[in-house]
Amino acid sequence: MSERMGTPQETVERALALSRADDCVVIVEEGSTANLRFAGNTLTTNGVARSSQLTVISIVGQGVGVVSRAAVRPDQLADVVAAADQAARDAQPSEDARSLPGGDSLGDWNRAVEPTTIEILRDFAPALGESFAAAEASGRKLYGFAEHILTSTFVGTSSGLRARHDQPTGRLELNAKSADLSRSAWTGVATRDFSDVDVAALDATLARRLDWAKRRVDVPAGRYETILPPTAVADLMIYLYWSSGARDAADGRTVFSKPGGGTRVGERLSDLPVRLYSDPAHPGIECTPFVLAHASGREQSVFDNGLGLGATDWISGGRLANLVQTRHSAELTGLAATPSIDNLIMTGPDGGRSLEEMIAGTERGLLLTCLWYIREVDPQSLLLTGLTRDGVYLVENGEVVGEVNNFRFNESPVDLLGRLSEVGRSEQTLPREWNDYFTRTVMPAIRVPDFNMSTVSQAN
Amino acid sequence: MRQIDPDFLALPLRRLADAALQRARDLGAEHAAFRLERVRSETLRLFDARLEGSMDADDLGFAVRVIKDGTWGFASGVELTPEAAVRAAEQAVRVAEVSAPINREPIELAPEPVHADVTWVSAYDVDPFDVPLRDKVELLGGWSAGLLGRVDHVSASLMQVKEQKFYADTAGTVTTQQRVRLHPVLTAMRTDGDRFDDMRTLAPPVGRGFEYLTGTGWDFPAELAEIPDLLTEKLKAPSVEAGSYDLVIDPSNLWLTIHESIGHATELDRALGYEAAYAGTSFATFDQLGTLKYGSPVMNVVGDRTAEHGLSTVGWDDEGVEGQSFDIVRDGVLVGYQLDRRMALLKGFGRSNGCAFADSPGHVPMQRMANVSLQPAEGGPSTEELISRVERGIYILGDKSWSIDMQRYNFQFTGQRFYKIENGRLAGQLRDVAYQATTTDFWRSMEAVGGPGTYVLGGAFNCGKGQPGQVAPVSHGTPSTLFRGVRILNTVQEGGK
Repeated sequence: MSERMGTPQETVERALALSRADDCVVIVEEGSTANLRFAGNTLTTNGVARSSQLTVISIVGQGVGVVSRAAVRPDQLADVVAAADQAARDAQPSEDARSLPGGDSLGDWNRAVEPTTIEILRDFAPALGESFAAAEASGRKLYGFAEHILTSTFVGTSSGLRARHDQPTGRLELNAKSADLSRSAWTGVATRDFSDVDVAALDATLARRLDWAKRRVDVPAGRYETILPPTAVADLMIYLYWSSGARDAADGRTVFSKPGGGTRVGERLSDLPVRLYSDPAHPGIECTPFVLAHASGREQSVFDNGLGLGATDWISGGRLANLVQTRHSAELTGLAATPSIDNLIMTGPDGGRSLEEMIAGTERGLLLTCLWYIREVDPQSLLLTGLTRDGVYLVENGEVVGEVNNFRFNESPVDLLGRLSEVGRSEQTLPREWNDYFTRTVMPAIRVPDFNMSTVSQAN
Repeated sequence: MRQIDPDFLALPLRRLADAALQRARDLGAEHAAFRLERVRSETLRLFDARLEGSMDADDLGFAVRVIKDGTWGFASGVELTPEAAVRAAEQAVRVAEVSAPINREPIELAPEPVHADVTWVSAYDVDPFDVPLRDKVELLGGWSAGLLGRVDHVSASLMQVKEQKFYADTAGTVTTQQRVRLHPVLTAMRTDGDRFDDMRTLAPPVGRGFEYLTGTGWDFPAELAEIPDLLTEKLKAPSVEAGSYDLVIDPSNLWLTIHESIGHATELDRALGYEAAYAGTSFATFDQLGTLKYGSPVMNVVGDRTAEHGLSTVGWDDEGVEGQSFDIVRDGVLVGYQLDRRMALLKGFGRSNGCAFADSPGHVPMQRMANVSLQPAEGGPSTEELISRVERGIYILGDKSWSIDMQRYNFQFTGQRFYKIENGRLAGQLRDVAYQATTTDFWRSMEAVGGPGTYVLGGAFNCGKGQPGQVAPVSHGTPSTLFRGVRILNTVQEGGK
């Protein structure tokens, strides 16, 4: 018995050859991660990890069987494939059954997998240590997390398709607090390899914000003119994107359902020329350019595996343009087949101002740092609740004049689009709440004239 | 009692552990632990009685964690060979070395008696992975079909997990464990004119086997039979008038409030700031241990990892510490925290109370939640008796939306079903209800807890914490409860409509 694993390419080819199903999709994902976590100017946890996952999707008639196993050795492969084949034979017909995408080749199939290691943080770690020392000397405490992930995905189908994508995903979250923990500021960056991360510069921006917070102003709950920075906009728009499934909309379940039946595609959501879109080739936030589906569901179909992805508008010119869906749901809804893509970009009118310019142009309003614990209250309006976190600042006559308390908000991002008074310049940003799942975003700051701060939160 | 599956025991558990631990010793590690895990999961989803998708997956691998010169190091691998185990031990030591420049707190662990070669299996009768997929689809499909015609759509899902863990450390502890859990959910949907709503089953996720779906621990046919009429009534129900109400809260809702406002708030790593940048900290700071008036005198909360069918129940945790039961709130006062070995030593607790958990072989064990449960009152009132004490209030069942701030002060929850209470009686359903409060105000307003007959263990599979993010299963038991003067929002008005 061999205890060693084969290469992913060998695994795909052997699994396809072993399958006795009518059709077969084989997905191999080789993952590697390295991370450092810190709190109070010291390391807390760290690690490197590897993963190797084989998913066999067998299709017999219209029945589908999916078996996914970790760390499969060559001598175990036949059992995994046989289990998937048997599950397909036992299955009811799948309503999304259709031909697999054709035999294209995407990506450099034959290149060996090169995992990430702790060495990718070799230069970052000492720089972080220097920032710890600087922070300690000036009465600040730094908290945060640095992580690098490399996932190599191989998809092979019995229709001849071979698709491969290598996805680096890096992120740094940096949180500074005053020594008594009464003031807090946050920033985060997405990176592909940490070579572009300047931890000292990020720490300097946090030190400035902690200075802003030295003057404290209590503000009651209410509706306020509010500037949401790109990270906060990203978190709201990601939720909107996750809620934009075409089937659920067509079934009357979501904010994108049309009263009386159908969807709201084509309907105006904003008077401003807002564009919300995804593009696997967008510079700096490149992502998997083909469909990857381990199981069928409302918004994905295993039969779409390997389908090429291109730039897709979700909102265009302020109107709802497309909803997330499979080839199957596209037939049901009569709309274009527009599968989900792993990045999100929002833009406003040309000439949008920077966040600093938007602050300078504010007579009186609130400036948020980020949002937290965002949860859906009502799917039909997409009312979300959540908290402000790590700095809400009062802006008067173009300048930050102090920090105010935190709030719980109740707002719908769809409703917000209809109330925007300004959309700023878009920039790459790391979503605060959702960056465990979604890191690749380009977003603007936005100005909302009447953001609903429902209650004051005592958290600071 | 069930036995650990032979195919897991046939893996080279001890051979890999010996290789990794010896290499860690040779490289000078003060402490090393080896963990090999297989986590098998199966999920199936149906829509309108038809299978939409299913997946049978597992996660298999091992991890080595070391303390080298006072600094943590961690590495995991997937090839189950002694060579790969040795490599992981070397990587873990290297990670500790790279990290050393940013470590200012030497790591030490609270002592734990050696548990040499012990095994534990959770309480279940039928391994869900022994039940054919087609039988599960048939069961859920039949239940769904029974609702269709009386509602517009039905979604159904079943998540099943079998977790097998082998742990060994340089002190000599060796544990082998297996536990099973599952979570069935059915949701009925209906539209009435332009108004859409849904209603979900209240059946909690449990540490049981497939017998849970066939009559042990929950009566699914009885619950499902009620849902169409309840949903029809909900669609026609009046929207709540925002204001202050007395609340009687059912265990199917309150478990989540306990989870968020007590469970997370009493994790010592949070209270000490180790989660400050992510999950957050806690208002229940360490200096208030023994003095913080968390709630009213009827509030007694226990953390435990021993409750039968509890989702967080284990024999030993992922640091080799025996599962225990301990007080967190006694007579309304904060008296304890959930601990791992490092936190226990750091704050002089002497011994960890066994709350370390890692959700996969690729993740570091961290302090995760015990089954944190509100205790019933011996001889306490029934739910009906609690309702009878309310002149103007709301009876809340089932969980739905939840959100709480990063210090666990301000929260907002909704639910599945809301009933108006008028003069001690239920007076029909309400819509658009959310309750919003500050944690200590809320628990101090708890006037009464129900008797043991009202106690139910709720819970979730997916409690999130830590970076990299980990999920943990956890149960929370609670009786029915009565709160006075809680702020109720109208969620439609909150949306500006």
